[in-house]
Amino acid sequence: MKREDRITELLSKDMNNPWEMDRRDFMRKLGGGLIIAFAVSDMTLLGSCAAEADEKGGVNAYLKIGQDGRVTLFTGKIEMGQGPITSLPMMLADELDVNLESVDIIMGDTLLCPYDQGTYGSLSTRKYGQAMRAAAAEAKAILLKMAAAELSTNNSQLVPEQLQVIDGIVSLKTDNTRNISYADLTQGKEILETVTGKPSMKKASEMKVMGNSRLHVDAELKVTGQAKYSGDMKLPGMMFARIVRPPSLGAKMLSIDTSGAEAIEGVEIVEAGDMVAVIHESRDIADVAISKVKAEWEEETMEVDDKNIFDHLVKNGTEVRELKTKGSLDKGKENSTQNFSQEYHDPYIAHAPIENHTATAVFEGEKLKIWASCQTPYPTQEDVAEALGISKENVRMMQIFTGGGFGGKIYNPQATEVALLAQKTKKPIQLTWTREEEFMFDRLRPAATIIIESGLDADGKIAMWDYQLYAGGRRGATTFYDIPNQLTNQNNAPRNVTLHPFHTGAWRGPSNNTNTFARESHMELMAAAAGKDALQFRLDHLEKDEKMTKVLKAGAEKFGWTPAKGPSGRGYGIACGIDAGTYVAVFVEIDVDKASGHVQVRRAVVSQNMGLVVNPQGVIIQAEGCVIMGLGYTLTEEIEFENRKMLTRNFDTYEIPKFSWTPQIEVVLIDAQDDPPQGGGEPAIICMGGAVANAIFDATGARLYQQPLTPARILEALAKA
Amino acid sequence: MIETIQLELNGTPTKLEIDPSTILMWALRNELGLTGTKFGCGLGFCGSCTILLDDEPVRSCMLAVSDAAGKKLTTIEGLAKNGELHPVQKAFIKNDAQQCGYCTPGMILNAVGLLLKNPEPSRKEVIEGMEENLCRCGTYGRIIESIQMAGIEMKGGVKI
Repeated sequence: MKREDRITELLSKDMNNPWEMDRRDFMRKLGGGLIIAFAVSDMTLLGSCAAEADEKGGVNAYLKIGQDGRVTLFTGKIEMGQGPITSLPMMLADELDVNLESVDIIMGDTLLCPYDQGTYGSLSTRKYGQAMRAAAAEAKAILLKMAAAELSTNNSQLVPEQLQVIDGIVSLKTDNTRNISYADLTQGKEILETVTGKPSMKKASEMKVMGNSRLHVDAELKVTGQAKYSGDMKLPGMMFARIVRPPSLGAKMLSIDTSGAEAIEGVEIVEAGDMVAVIHESRDIADVAISKVKAEWEEETMEVDDKNIFDHLVKNGTEVRELKTKGSLDKGKENSTQNFSQEYHDPYIAHAPIENHTATAVFEGEKLKIWASCQTPYPTQEDVAEALGISKENVRMMQIFTGGGFGGKIYNPQATEVALLAQKTKKPIQLTWTREEEFMFDRLRPAATIIIESGLDADGKIAMWDYQLYAGGRRGATTFYDIPNQLTNQNNAPRNVTLHPFHTGAWRGPSNNTNTFARESHMELMAAAAGKDALQFRLDHLEKDEKMTKVLKAGAEKFGWTPAKGPSGRGYGIACGIDAGTYVAVFVEIDVDKASGHVQVRRAVVSQNMGLVVNPQGVIIQAEGCVIMGLGYTLTEEIEFENRKMLTRNFDTYEIPKFSWTPQIEVVLIDAQDDPPQGGGEPAIICMGGAVANAIFDATGARLYQQPLTPARILEALAKA
Repeated sequence: MIETIQLELNGTPTKLEIDPSTILMWALRNELGLTGTKFGCGLGFCGSCTILLDDEPVRSCMLAVSDAAGKKLTTIEGLAKNGELHPVQKAFIKNDAQQCGYCTPGMILNAVGLLLKNPEPSRKEVIEGMEENLCRCGTYGRIIESIQMAGIEMKGGVKI
């Protein structure tokens, strides 16, 4: 199908979509003006993102220029604190040359916005944002052509090159009194356009909005309590649901007695799918009712717990996938004068957003509306439609603010649960998971074991590197250090083996936190053995990597790093890595209380090269968030379990970072404004574990090989040091 | 079971016809439509449901409606006066002290309670006063700065 046909089909689908709007209704709803639907699927800069969009209809963005001159962006991306509600309009305003204040953004509404695979993987700016910039640049080109025709007279035929745009007003470069606004140009018109594949996006020197800090535009809504999250919806006749849950994952219900709950006035028992739920018009009473339900269960046993899991992962990691190989390990061993073998462990951890998985659903005739705290409105729409056996067009996800995601809201079983209950009862239903449900049904960061064998030659250079990863993901697994003989393998369980006792998934900087902890710990283990400074040892293995060298040197300068052989007693630590296209290094200074094992991180310097920085303040805030959130997986976070029973139930036993942990944080951004933008929400978090583990070694001479680096483990390591 | 509970809610004398054992957080959210008060953990560990009761920050998930009887109750919706945001709210905006925003109302109310008792807290005192309010996005540093900035305005210093 040709691109033009695809767009027409998609638009006509949307016009006839839920609520049976026809084309005129859709236009009326949008308030008239120019609507541009952009297919960007054949642009090489989009990569896999494009392939996905293409499959779903080929349109990534709608822009609308209204008769009032306001520009509206319709995007499938969502806002969960990471800032696209501010940064995407900045990119759009700059490329279109309109005032930022005239740009509105509609996010994640599956009726109004084009398909998007989800908000994760630090893709919003680096993939979608780039596509949208191209779309905006193309829109500007179309508008300039229209303006040239409008402003031409019999005596002077104009071409776009003679025109300029300032704040949405097109005028002659030589005479700005001959002008016309975008709004006047587009009055009453409809145009559908496709991106040519050769968009002329602005160079850094031409940018007026991008590169300048902006405060988050949703701040006032959030500080006044007006920002709506999915549990804030209140619908007439709405009921609150609680679902009967098993004592452990995978347990099968043998019998159930709901008589105690049924005895409470107004309680209804609902069976839908595999679920039994209680509903009531008051959440308090639903909570009481669920406590009166008695059920017997047959539990599954896996004979794993939080202690033996690491051996379990190695034992079952029988399917070997080679990720990278270079030179010969045997030759490397021959050249080695010092050999190192070390096993690193990383446990299951939870996303633990402060907003639990929540959804509100209502049927209006055959049409289902859902407000869900989620990162993936479109895939969730498909999941819900499939579970209910209804067509996707009859499900509308209405995205509002999401109270933190971090990868944990890519999957949204709560949306399916609430939809099934609404379908069965024909009533509006709200479901807010309890904190206990949030821990139990979270898709945890998988536990992982990493075994590294390495060797140093007589000059103190790494001669060989053998990296065996069990159960962890491959993001960040291969090393960027220049090592002549190396092998990286991912050792997975066969498909028919249930490896993990819980659901696992992507946790901010997926698997790169684990891999960077192991790699960077091991680097400093060798640096100390070689009697070398930790920074210099890295630079010695990055001679061909100018980008990482520059990031490390810039960070070291800001930090005030001076060379020393570890352990120096100063409590300094470094880790660096590559994530979502961004090169990042973190330097920390810590205090270790040798009596209690308590670690206090005094300051952290983040240095990163992330290409184009759209909103510098937004980037700095994300890096600060990475440092603070990263201290959680580094120092305290660990799921406790036996078999498939979750023992971690609330924040009393699952300690996330607190105010008193907050270090002084400085962020260095390498100037690369003419390079494409890379990830910003995840990269810095990957370095926290390695940097702090290295700082503990530098402070005390004790090295830890298992995250989190708890006081008990520190005291144990100190006793051995 | 339904009783009349009287209290001053966000500056307005209010009579509620309600089961007095209703959890205060759910009553505010579901009966009174004050959804700025958030549910996070249900056991008083996270602080996202923090409100002010007679100017004292409390966890509304751990209280019954009857606990608020006869008292002055302030939620995030009642903090702005005469259309002007409270200094803590203004300082949060100025410092970009919120990300997802879900813990923000509880943070702000806990901070207001802290500043009412100690208008000029040191960094250490802010941390001690805020320690049990949890944020997952990692905004603590900016919140600490905001509270100190707001304290200065509240005692008649620099306007934000």
